Amino acid sequence: MPPDAAAGAASREIAIGVLRYRCETDQRPVWQAYRVPFTDDMSVLQGLQYIKDRLDGTLSFRWSCRMAICGSCGMMIGAVPKLACMTFLRDYHPGPLTVEPLEHFPIERDLVVTLSGFIKKLESIYPYLIPSTQRRLDEGEYLQTPSQLARYETFSDCINCMLCYAACPQFGENPDFIGPGAMALLQRYNGDSRDAARAKRMELVHTDNGAWSCTAVGYCSEVCPKQVDPANAVNQNKTKSALDFFVRFLGQPAHSRTGASDGGPP
Amino acid sequence: MTGPRPYLRPAKTAWWAHPPYLAYTLREATGVAVAGYALVLLAGLINLASGEEAYDAWLNFLKSPWSLALHLLFLIAMIGHVWTWFQIMPKTMPRLVIGGRVLPQNWITAAGLAVAMAAFVIILLVAEWMQP
Amino acid sequence: MKRSVAPVFWLLFGAGGMLSAFTGPALVLITGLAVPTGIGVSPSFMSFARATAFAQDPLGKLVLFGVIALFLWHGAERIYLTLRDMRAGGRLALMCICYGSASALTFVTVGTLMIIGF
Repeated sequence: MPPDAAAGAASREIAIGVLRYRCETDQRPVWQAYRVPFTDDMSVLQGLQYIKDRLDGTLSFRWSCRMAICGSCGMMIGAVPKLACMTFLRDYHPGPLTVEPLEHFPIERDLVVTLSGFIKKLESIYPYLIPSTQRRLDEGEYLQTPSQLARYETFSDCINCMLCYAACPQFGENPDFIGPGAMALLQRYNGDSRDAARAKRMELVHTDNGAWSCTAVGYCSEVCPKQVDPANAVNQNKTKSALDFFVRFLGQPAHSRTGASDGGPP
Repeated sequence: MTGPRPYLRPAKTAWWAHPPYLAYTLREATGVAVAGYALVLLAGLINLASGEEAYDAWLNFLKSPWSLALHLLFLIAMIGHVWTWFQIMPKTMPRLVIGGRVLPQNWITAAGLAVAMAAFVIILLVAEWMQP
Repeated sequence: MKRSVAPVFWLLFGAGGMLSAFTGPALVLITGLAVPTGIGVSPSFMSFARATAFAQDPLGKLVLFGVIALFLWHGAERIYLTLRDMRAGGRLALMCICYGSASALTFVTVGTLMIIGF
């Protein structure tokens, strides 16, 4: 509950500095300072909502579920990529706490960044199951054992919050790098035993903007709020890509090579 | 949809020198020691091919305080390399599923480090056994 | 879609990294610290006669080539990527410097081993 000064309740205050940017008035981003009263249960998101509701209605930021599942409220909190809804003001008291938009992305307005590049990357990796033959309804479901599920399950936990892109310095250097989040989604499908389109997705992996922009910094997996381990998704595909680089000369057509390590037969 | 004038913040040029990336840069720097040690060995090999006098000069260089300090640095860097190598190694492997459960990555790291330590001991024992 | 050439260097980096992870500390300890000081190992462990015999032996040549070349390629890839991180130069220039040096030194290693003979 936001503390109400009128009720006379004693509350602590935290200094929050937000990096603002309004294209109609600002040439470049500017810092703006706020003082926010808070209780120990308040998240940074609630702090921003207090600012917007009580102090400065012009502040813009994305949020939705406030429970770390929608992936909307990713931002740089204390220069670390975090979800605002699961970061708490009590840990930064007395401040000043810095809140900035996600690193490496163009700023639309205040804490809102341009998402379109990321969305295009997700779309580019064929993010849907492509079985070798479609089963008819009367043939029943595609069956999958718990072991087959375990091979890719964590990669399906991604909430598209883009914290990993803010963490990745190679994405910062090369915005065309497909990036950790898209690679996690790619591996979610390549690792699924029901899928047969590994070779198609591997074409993206083999390029300089695919797995080969990665230098195994590993910070992406550290900041991921869902323990997806995108670093594993990217780097296991380096191994696959490197082996394929030489194996392809053995003359096997690309579409028949599935590789046992990818979840078994299609 | 993008707004009329999105702002792209200029890239931080020395990101590699600051936390959290400094640890990564130091890890990569252990590669310099690996290559550096190989160069010392190559110098020895070239001196070996040049004859006994040249080779003995290389052996004398190895005895110098500079070389001993250098190799101590190499050793520290090598150990750093071994430690960080097996931290990253599981990331390059697909999820290993045994009995329906995923094998934890730190088990793979532990196994790698155990084998590296065994190899260290074995090489030292072989060297002792090969004594003149 | 254009394939990257990086896998070649990454595999060399990986082989060198694995080899140096298992043998690096022991080799540095023996050749760089134990033998020169005579602590733990006799200083004549690497005498001219013994070293020549080792380098003339085909298996010895393989060991020397493997260690020197793979360690160099491991270092070259890490130095290349770190210089790219530091924006020390263009991609092609850094590739020529790092991979070019490693290639040249690999040839020197092979050549020297041939000169030592059997």
